[in-house]
Amino acid sequence: MSTTTMLQLLGSGMLKTAAIFFLTLLFSLPLGLIFSFGRMSGTGVVRGISKFYISVMRGTPLMLQMIVVYFAPYYVFGIRISSGYRFTAVILAFVLNYAAYFAEIYRSGIESIPKGQYEAAEVLGYSKAQTFVKIILPQVVKRILPPVTNEMITLVKDTSLAFVLTEVEMFTAAKQIAAKETSILPLMAAGLFYYLFNLVVAAVMEYVEKRLDYYR
Amino acid sequence: MQDKVLGISHMKKIYGDLVVLKDISLSVHKGEVVSIIGPSGSGKSTLLRCATMLEKMDGGELVYLNEKAAYEENGKCVYAPKADLKRIHKHFGLVFQNFNLFPHYTVLKNVIDAPVSVEKVPRKEAKERALSLLRQLGLEDKTDVYPYQLSGGQQQRVSIARALALQPEILFFDEPTSALDPELTGEVLRVIRELAEQHMTMIIVTHEMQFARELSDRIIFMEQGIIQQQGTPEEIFTAPNARVREFIGKFAG
Repeated sequence: MSTTTMLQLLGSGMLKTAAIFFLTLLFSLPLGLIFSFGRMSGTGVVRGISKFYISVMRGTPLMLQMIVVYFAPYYVFGIRISSGYRFTAVILAFVLNYAAYFAEIYRSGIESIPKGQYEAAEVLGYSKAQTFVKIILPQVVKRILPPVTNEMITLVKDTSLAFVLTEVEMFTAAKQIAAKETSILPLMAAGLFYYLFNLVVAAVMEYVEKRLDYYR
Repeated sequence: MQDKVLGISHMKKIYGDLVVLKDISLSVHKGEVVSIIGPSGSGKSTLLRCATMLEKMDGGELVYLNEKAAYEENGKCVYAPKADLKRIHKHFGLVFQNFNLFPHYTVLKNVIDAPVSVEKVPRKEAKERALSLLRQLGLEDKTDVYPYQLSGGQQQRVSIARALALQPEILFFDEPTSALDPELTGEVLRVIRELAEQHMTMIIVTHEMQFARELSDRIIFMEQGIIQQQGTPEEIFTAPNARVREFIGKFAG
């Protein structure tokens, strides 16, 4: 295998890893908020369903969830699976899984806001929606940044699980090259890539935390 | 009576088996300053929370400026439709014991945000009004700082400004100085005294007996969910009622 081919393989693997990372965040962050509302709902049924959902998503392997998401259309609905669905299934499974974790992080944040904030807003005449968006959410975001950063870093490394649906992300590419060349170097390079990726993630999140440091 | 700002009759509040408010009737007229005193657990704060609709009452009637917020129907307490309640909400303001300022907003934003985003007052006008209020409360040099940078007394003054910015007809204070040390208590009491001089209608739950005596048109002594005694400060402070005398004596030290 020529060096160019190796670099190409690794390069496209990196792009796929980055794509999984960003798409997962893009959809799971808002979806998690919806699940957290469900988890805190005043309606028992909604609360129960949300709780069950979160417990299943957190309690079973993401790898298995990906397989289920990939094969479900065929086994449940009899729809023929096209190969183009593979990447979609990866993203879908990641989003559904991470949303469950984010939901619990949001919940911890929302429940940590003192009741007095809601009461002050209520007496001042804010609507429920205004209270949440203007008063509660900004304070929640500040409080949940550290656990969200944790999840994001885990997500970077979890992207390697996409190999189960034969999506060649960074780690899979490195493994293939390593096998072909009987060298451990590609794997080391992959390790370095994850590390650098996470350094950037941590730096960005630290910057965001600093930006929200103007109040306590 | 036309200038009646608040009318409470036969207000009842029950938590489980505990009857917190048994039967409270109370009218407050424009410009009146009413202090509510009484031991902990007497229902003072619950009365304020029911009057400001943070808690739902279980019986009785709540009227602001001839508009019924809640009334009894077939033995059940019914609240007015949402749209009516929204309008009624504008009649009153509440100052909390622990301020409850919005920590992520500057002092100025704390004061102007509700007028701007709730009442749709033009920003320029809201800002002018807020600045004049903050000047009046001695906070003109604090407009751009965040609540955590202020002392407790300053925070409480901001929260008073925030309530006043909505131009309520009546302002409730729930133990406004209980979270403050004696030095800071003075500056908050001074502000409330100024408001009284401007004939702001106020109901103040307080443990500051001397303050209540000097400032109030009327003092209400509450115990065990009922109004045990009410009258002018002189009537209360020279009350023949032994329990009232004992209570006041404890605080006068």
